[in-house]
Amino acid sequence: MNLLIKGGHVIDPSQGIDEVMDILIADGVILELGQGLTAPEETESVDATGLIVTPGLIDMHVHLRDPGLEYKEDIATGSRSAAAGGFTSVACMPNTSPVNDNKAVTSYIVNKARKEAMVNVFPVGAITKGSKGESLAEMGDLKEAGCVAVSDDGKPVCSSELMRRALEYAKGIGITVITHSEDLSLVGEGVMNEGPVATELGLKGIPWVAEDAAVAREVYLAEFCGAPVHIAHISTAGSCRIIRNAKARGVKVTCETAPHYFTLTDEAVLGYDTNAKMNPPLRSAADRDAIKAALADGTIDAIATDHAPHHPDEKDVEFNLAYNGIVGLETSLPLSLKLVEEGLVDMKKLVSLMSCNPAKILGVERGTLKCGAVADVTIIDPNRKWEVVAEKLESKSKNSPFIGWEMKGAAAYTVVKGQVVNKK
Amino acid sequence: MGFRHKDIIGLKDLTKEEIELLLNTADSLNEINSRDIKKVPTLRGKTVVNLFYEASTRTRTSFEIAAKRLSADTINISASTSSVTKGETLLDTAQNVLAMKPDIIVMRHAISGAHEFLAKRVSCSVINAGDGAHEHPSQGLLDMLTMRQKFGKLEGLKVAIVGDITHSRVARSDIYGLTTMGAKIFVAGPPTMMPIGIERLGNVTVCKDMREAVHKADVVMMLRIQLERQGKTLLPSMREYSRYYGLNPDMLALAKKDAMVMHPGPINRGVELASSVADCDQSYILKQVENGVAIRMAMLYHVCGGEPSEG
Repeated sequence: MNLLIKGGHVIDPSQGIDEVMDILIADGVILELGQGLTAPEETESVDATGLIVTPGLIDMHVHLRDPGLEYKEDIATGSRSAAAGGFTSVACMPNTSPVNDNKAVTSYIVNKARKEAMVNVFPVGAITKGSKGESLAEMGDLKEAGCVAVSDDGKPVCSSELMRRALEYAKGIGITVITHSEDLSLVGEGVMNEGPVATELGLKGIPWVAEDAAVAREVYLAEFCGAPVHIAHISTAGSCRIIRNAKARGVKVTCETAPHYFTLTDEAVLGYDTNAKMNPPLRSAADRDAIKAALADGTIDAIATDHAPHHPDEKDVEFNLAYNGIVGLETSLPLSLKLVEEGLVDMKKLVSLMSCNPAKILGVERGTLKCGAVADVTIIDPNRKWEVVAEKLESKSKNSPFIGWEMKGAAAYTVVKGQVVNKK
Repeated sequence: MGFRHKDIIGLKDLTKEEIELLLNTADSLNEINSRDIKKVPTLRGKTVVNLFYEASTRTRTSFEIAAKRLSADTINISASTSSVTKGETLLDTAQNVLAMKPDIIVMRHAISGAHEFLAKRVSCSVINAGDGAHEHPSQGLLDMLTMRQKFGKLEGLKVAIVGDITHSRVARSDIYGLTTMGAKIFVAGPPTMMPIGIERLGNVTVCKDMREAVHKADVVMMLRIQLERQGKTLLPSMREYSRYYGLNPDMLALAKKDAMVMHPGPINRGVELASSVADCDQSYILKQVENGVAIRMAMLYHVCGGEPSEG
């Protein structure tokens, strides 16, 4: 089955394309790009007039909860959620049950994804065995089994010595290290950002320095080891500053932020809304603005959702007891398009943040519409208005602070390996 | 005017008129507490459940006496003897209690926001008897009642609050209530116990030195210091705390001559409060406890839809 995407505004930073053209896909591969292409026989045609056609979006930080926590999400539902949100690929974090710290778990994910997933699922293995921060996981095995990166996401690697060895060892294997950077002694029993809102609510605060101090450590370790490091979900002005400075002196550091960090502030916690509880926590307006500036100036390389599904029983409780995290796959694109509307980034930059750069950081052959590339394509309707309704989310979980929000922009089509997996 | 709230979660939510209404009602109900037969039929047939997830003697007893003097039926549930130890959630416990049709749940909970969480989900009234480090409205009201009895008004008073502001729900309720009523609040304490942005909660001045807060104050409110709860990283020792943030006669002499000494209790003699100060003529600590019963009677009465009382 062939697919012809006609008349769309193609934006592909990997080849410097930013114009109206057609794309012909055959056998799951990009066959041809050009003006006025004609469809061969047995070709489905998509009219993309007025729409934006980009390399398939990649969310490099999601939790699919499979194996072990399928009551929150599983590979099938999580990938449906991804497809609905315009993502053709996701990288799933290893804090499943059991932890993805060995090739048996990785193989389970790869095999289940092959059978049930609508999008590409790239597993992320653990840095340390059981993500306990005590000894290195078998990164070579993990990579061979299909992991594209390692991370102890959800927890920091507390020991600086172990993090150093992880960076060194991973450099030899050739696998990306993604850090969850947080100084746990500074976090203490904190449940939200430390600041005036926490003071008003009488909730224990997590100070920004808990993130900054840890990010600074990762940067210096990476510099010392001459190894790359990718820092997950940055949320503070300080993290932006540290990473900006590090990049300027040539440290191989990349980082991501999530839509909630450039959209919301800790004021969203007022009323003790547990859907505004995540880790790192929502920060101050000054931090949010710094994150936006860092997206604009290239300090931040990727937008990733940290899609974290939870069951209502884990969220409909007192604030301190509620689990951290929100679902994000289906709201990421419109929230990110807002950055374009606000003039902070242009569409090319946004495609880099959501597709090209994540592909590069993970080392996966995606994020491009070059001839011969796997035909992962997202077709965006930037003007489509819709309301976020819990029941309509494809994810098994509905824990989103954006329920009820009016959104602008949606994935009109999501195409994975030449197959349309979402059409709206 | 009547009282329009189903619940009393915090003083942040109450207007000046509402606070005055509660204080006036408490003043008139106070008379019942000095009668021979301390009981009126006002809340006969109403059921009050005291749901206490945190240890409390003063507040629980005070609420129970208040309810009984208004002829309500009271039941006490404390976390250690209930299904909570079997892992029942707050919402499940509350719904089970609710199935027995209480009119008011008086709750204390260690988690800030537990009352707001509960009040949104149950049909009966919820009165906050203290949630985490958030609010303790009955304490704030009884503090204001005690001050008003002495000075005749609250407007323009200088109130010093000294101690662990970060973890104090009393400080927050006092700040909200006193600000609404036109008083000025000066807070002092170790920087490890002074939360970011406390000055934004009301008419609050943060003082570096306790002497600055106490200087010419009408009221000196001392907070209980809890080394065991707050962890050892916040203070080097009780001894040093007492030297810088304890109220002794010399420190008290900086305040106005007739300044009131107050404390939400229980007091640590010789730590935040010198014994001689705790027991001096300027100490209103027991008066606060006495007023607590009347304030809680007023709160129970008004959430049940009472009109301004004649006593």
